[in-house]
Amino acid sequence: MKFKTTLLGMTAAMALSAGAASAQALVYCSEGSPEGFDAALYTSGTTFDASSKPIYNRLVEFEVGTTEVNPALAESFEVSEDGLTVTFHLREGVKFHSNDQFTPTRDFNADDVIFSFDRQGNPDNPYNGVSGGSWEYYSAMSMPDLIESIEKVDDYTVVFNLTRPEAPFMANMAMDFASIVSKEYADAMMEAGTPEMLNQAPIGTGPFSFQAYQKDAVIRFVRNDDYWGDAAKVEALIFAITPDASVRYQKVQAGECHVMAYPNPADVEAMQSDEGVEVMQQEGLNVGYLAYNTNVAPYDNPNVRKALNMAIDKQAIIDVVFQGSGQIAKNPIPPTMWSYNDAVEDDSYDPEAAKAMLEEEGVTDLDLKIWAMPVQRPYNPNARRMAELMQADFAEIGVDVEIVSYEWGEYLERSKDTDRDGAVLLGWTGDNGDPDNFLAVLLGCDGVGGSNRAQWCYEPFDDLIQEAKTISDQDERAALYEEAQVIFKEQAPWATIAHSVVYMTMRPEVDGYVIDPLGGHFFNAVGLSN
Amino acid sequence: MLKYLASRLLTFVPTFIGVTLISFAFIRVLPGDPIIVMAGERGMSEERYAELTTQYGFDRPMLAQFWDYLTGVLQGDLGTSFVTKKPVWDEFFTLFPATLELSLCAMIFAILIGLPAGVIAAVNRGKFFDRALMSTALVGYSMPIFWWALLLIIVFSGNLQWTPVSGRIGLQYYFPNATGFMIWDAIASGQSGALSSAVRHLILPTIVLGTIPLAVIARQTRSAMLEVLGEDYIRTARAKGMSPRRVNAIHALRNALIPVITVIGLSVGTLLAGAILTETIFSWPGIGKWMVDSIFRRDYPVVQGGLLLIAVMVMVVNLTVDVLYGIINPKIRKR
Repeated sequence: MKFKTTLLGMTAAMALSAGAASAQALVYCSEGSPEGFDAALYTSGTTFDASSKPIYNRLVEFEVGTTEVNPALAESFEVSEDGLTVTFHLREGVKFHSNDQFTPTRDFNADDVIFSFDRQGNPDNPYNGVSGGSWEYYSAMSMPDLIESIEKVDDYTVVFNLTRPEAPFMANMAMDFASIVSKEYADAMMEAGTPEMLNQAPIGTGPFSFQAYQKDAVIRFVRNDDYWGDAAKVEALIFAITPDASVRYQKVQAGECHVMAYPNPADVEAMQSDEGVEVMQQEGLNVGYLAYNTNVAPYDNPNVRKALNMAIDKQAIIDVVFQGSGQIAKNPIPPTMWSYNDAVEDDSYDPEAAKAMLEEEGVTDLDLKIWAMPVQRPYNPNARRMAELMQADFAEIGVDVEIVSYEWGEYLERSKDTDRDGAVLLGWTGDNGDPDNFLAVLLGCDGVGGSNRAQWCYEPFDDLIQEAKTISDQDERAALYEEAQVIFKEQAPWATIAHSVVYMTMRPEVDGYVIDPLGGHFFNAVGLSN
Repeated sequence: MLKYLASRLLTFVPTFIGVTLISFAFIRVLPGDPIIVMAGERGMSEERYAELTTQYGFDRPMLAQFWDYLTGVLQGDLGTSFVTKKPVWDEFFTLFPATLELSLCAMIFAILIGLPAGVIAAVNRGKFFDRALMSTALVGYSMPIFWWALLLIIVFSGNLQWTPVSGRIGLQYYFPNATGFMIWDAIASGQSGALSSAVRHLILPTIVLGTIPLAVIARQTRSAMLEVLGEDYIRTARAKGMSPRRVNAIHALRNALIPVITVIGLSVGTLLAGAILTETIFSWPGIGKWMVDSIFRRDYPVVQGGLLLIAVMVMVVNLTVDVLYGIINPKIRKR
């Protein structure tokens, strides 16, 4: 990293006091290192926290604390009647950051928008292959076949022509991969023969500008005083990379950092009774489930699936497997997501009734394989343990369970088989806060043989979610999704198990932190009081 | 001496080729397709999978992939990380100084305490000090690093607040990492307080990482000393009226050093293994954690490149140990 005495002066001025940080610099104990700083190249939340959140903006953004989409770099947008044309009216006077190698000569405009997407979708764009560009999210969100073209009408108007009406498009545009980078900077770096600087020394329009990164140790940001929105409350933001959760807690206690993410579930109780720290919590944007193979008898019978669901003691799973950091799931989408249908009633835990129901369906001597994931996930911290608890639960209703597991890559592949033997423990973490991202991806007919691990294609359900995709009015869509959740519960392709609970731990002087249901960490509205 | 060194260096070549092959094969033997692992629950279309397979060259025959790797290595190109898209070589040299600094401090700590402790225990064989020392060493040797580190953090950083919890230097110090050795860079920065901050950050990780080698060195020194102290020439030296201190320090210790140096050399491997845990707990930006993360992500270039570089390092250390033998015991280099 290039070093400048001016930077030194700047940092010295906002130096932290010996143990605790001063009021000017907010220190966040982050859980890992970013893979880079060009968000579109990556898929991990850790990377987004250090790149798209502080440094960049998107045309539209999620309102922090909700999954609602608001205008950002686009002041307004409109969708055509047929849903095929989306017009963005861009904000004027937005400044890009500058660094040692680059000082912008113009404000943000349509060229930056077009470049930010063109480099991901157009193989002829000189930046398409830079930094091993694989643009995972751009393809995962089906952008290549959704975007027909992007047109610049004038410097502050951009039109996206789509191949089909797609309501979740707006939520996609608020995702990290849709962050707007500077075309002028990209051109300058290409000319200088260092295109990878776009990823290593990022330039954005966001509330903080990038200052320095020491690999695996510290990331430094300074406030962008020219920010177009509300300026950040602290002058500097520092990420102290601290992989171990217990150590992060020690650091918060010792005043070495102000905020930490992902505490050990086992530590949460102690934290809640610790007067020196505050703990916030919210359900995560995820769901852990057990997916039956609805193609194979007797699991093609909804009553059999329902009976099995009634035999699972979910509270025991929350207590044992999640150690309190989970909440029972009744719907396939988490409660923080719009259109969550709270009126749906969960299957009651009733082994006797379950047993009777199986007998009624003429199912006896049932053998079932339960697949246990070999990895830890927030929606399932210990799949083996969970499978064991289910094994005991099912034994009570006379169902014999064998637990199987494979290496993670194998597990993901084999569980896709349409004639798979057994029910699979798996889960999902939302990408863009749109219900379509759960319901269509995980339960739609298109996902059979892929991400739909229940291999469940049920027309009344699929019709609803396909229709919801083509409507742009959110209230109308919500009504369809709510109905879809009722059908889901009746048909029971999964046993919905749990949503994780996300905790954030911080020192009492931290003001204004809001948990993001999408799992990101934002610090522009966070201040420090004495 | 030169001839001895040359013959030692020659054994480097087959070892190097072997290590290259093993490091290449090792990560591929592990089950798990890196592309599928990368995509996770989200999955990926078949076309995209095929595209990435071609991009990373996984569709080519294994032998061809190995050949590419080998020719790359010989030209000093270890490939590019799948995850960060940066050259493995650059990443290694950004992180390695941190590991080296910590390992050196841990080794010096282990030798400075372990060697004298072993000598004193041997000289006082069977007495209270010997017993206390050897039981402590056993405890040190069997201590789970993870637990030991957290215990020290809670006591010294949490309760007593003598040392910082983790990191390499206080966040208020910001200067370029010219060499990557924090102590050196802190001095070079000229910022007041930087050096003391860097040293304070080193204390706990040094103790944690040095504990096992310390115990091993102390035990090895003790038993080697005991063996030597029973030799005839020691009795002769004593009979000639030489002071006990001179007998122990000059005649006994020097002859007891060979096995001790062997153990120190072998401890370098242990240090690197211990560094993985120590670095994770103390947020120490070294190569240990980098390697572990890469194995989980199936980041082939990093794992094979990192393994190779670490193996070369261990080979260099072993060579140094061999040369040291020659210096301490001239009989060895004549053989």
